[in-house]
Amino acid sequence: MYSRDAIPDGAAVGADSSSGSPQRAGSTSAAGFGSPGADATVKRIDLNDALIRHPQATFVMRASGAAMHDAGIDDGDVLLVDRAISPSHGNVVVAVVEGELTCRRLWQQGGLTKLQAASPEHADIVPGDGAQLEVWGSVTTVIKSLMV
Amino acid sequence: MFALVDANNMYVSCERVFQPRLIGRPVVVLSSNDGACIARSNEAKELGVKMAQPWFQVRHLERSAGLVAVSANFELYGDMSSRMMSVAARFAPYQEVYSIDESFLDFTGVRGDLNGIGRELRATVLRETGLPTSVGFGSTKTLAKLANHVAKTADRKPGSYPRELAQVCDFGTMTEAELNQVFAATDVGNVWGVGRRIAPKLNDAGIRTVLDLVRCDTAAIRKRFSVVLEKTVLELRGTSCLEMSDAPAAKQQILVSRSFGKAVTEVAGIVEAVSEFASRAAERLRQQDSAAGAVSVFFTTSPFRQNDRQHSANVTVPLVRPTVDSRLLVATAVDAVHQFFRTGFNYAKAGVMLLDLRPVGHEQGELELFAAADAPQARPNVRDRAPLMAAMDELNRRFGRDSVRIGSAALVSNGDEVRSWSTKHERRSPRYTTRWDEMPTVRA
Repeated sequence: MYSRDAIPDGAAVGADSSSGSPQRAGSTSAAGFGSPGADATVKRIDLNDALIRHPQATFVMRASGAAMHDAGIDDGDVLLVDRAISPSHGNVVVAVVEGELTCRRLWQQGGLTKLQAASPEHADIVPGDGAQLEVWGSVTTVIKSLMV
Repeated sequence: MFALVDANNMYVSCERVFQPRLIGRPVVVLSSNDGACIARSNEAKELGVKMAQPWFQVRHLERSAGLVAVSANFELYGDMSSRMMSVAARFAPYQEVYSIDESFLDFTGVRGDLNGIGRELRATVLRETGLPTSVGFGSTKTLAKLANHVAKTADRKPGSYPRELAQVCDFGTMTEAELNQVFAATDVGNVWGVGRRIAPKLNDAGIRTVLDLVRCDTAAIRKRFSVVLEKTVLELRGTSCLEMSDAPAAKQQILVSRSFGKAVTEVAGIVEAVSEFASRAAERLRQQDSAAGAVSVFFTTSPFRQNDRQHSANVTVPLVRPTVDSRLLVATAVDAVHQFFRTGFNYAKAGVMLLDLRPVGHEQGELELFAAADAPQARPNVRDRAPLMAAMDELNRRFGRDSVRIGSAALVSNGDEVRSWSTKHERRSPRYTTRWDEMPTVRA
């Protein structure tokens, strides 16, 4: 990730001319400009880039309920749900249960598919005979606010 | 080869992604102010709900048939559209967005099993965005559009066409005999560019099916109808001759877009282009006596310049109230550019789309006011406005203060919240993907 046009004058590399210009001091190469770091634009960490692998397929949702407590998901937490990932056994997923978006752990073993809660008080959800379990997306990240 | 990819019942499908309980039920989407059905699920079509039919005429189906009506949520549809377009764009070297739910993909130079690519494309869009699409392949845009119609109809009405043409239909792999059969089974009115106006005239001339039209003498068509219809016939025979500029306009949107000759890197360049596009779109809007309820703006880098960093912005902004006012439309588009522009990118293309169109007749007072201000001779002019103001004062006297207000005043003073007093908005679903406060809730 770099920007070609903007590099030569140093404007886009975050070089700060008032801080002693360390990049310029190092630029004694034959070409007369550029610096060893000039190929990489310095960019502040962006959570979108870091957490969202498939932006067009990722949706943000809010969890409501306590059934996934032991998986680290509490009431009010924000979930990143990625539809591009094919879900496999053990993934926390959002599934469609009786027309409602429902968060559970996907259990897929020995031909049996069900949805498992992460809390002892909640029973598994097993699709009825012939019913297809519809997985909406895979939960990749939980965002939890710790502010009180 | 071209492909036309379009979402089935786009607005309804967007609602269903976040409200799965609407799947399988008859659903209509109502235009936000006048309550006309602007999208229908297949089940609603089965119930006989017509396009643009006013809600009061079908309201009884709410009780008798479980019909569900939701208000248009253009912010949601715009974002889902942008997701769908970016997934589809991966499958071909060149994409041309045609409307909020349709894009042409140009497969020129691509070898291999296009039918297979089409099925893969459809499956990927469905998996990643939740939107069901239909894909039609043809050697011209008119044929691709027709193939798309066949793909969609074969899926919705089993028996109308051979079953293998459902969802993805590739005219390129069909024999002439098979193609003629499909043409013979398709009403001429379904051809791109043959509108409701021309179809009856063609019927009068004995041209009822697509096959009839294909077999017409082109010179006679030109003489009796138009050069554009002649081009349509040539396109149906496999000769590309329709420039995008004389292609039939999409029905529910006005789109103005262009690729830049030279990459644009400054915000000023995008602002200039987008202002021009918005003005031109506004002119077309007024020509067809419509007002727009939402403005969509996009600008994007070129996926062909593989060494460039890629960025594309695509945002849909619902207006507080529908308008015909160029100034308001331009200002809205420019605001969106400033909000989403990022430095360090070589932008290659931009566009403006006006959405949520409705006839000007509604909300007349406000629209006339804007229209008056738009006319070149009428700068804010006391004499011109006097009768309007007088009428307004009279109405307010008779029906209470603020019964009639100036649109722009309401816009400034109330901002976003003005929407809420439009009763139809009560049925609007949350703006799931564009507002932090309105994200979907998942049961845990």
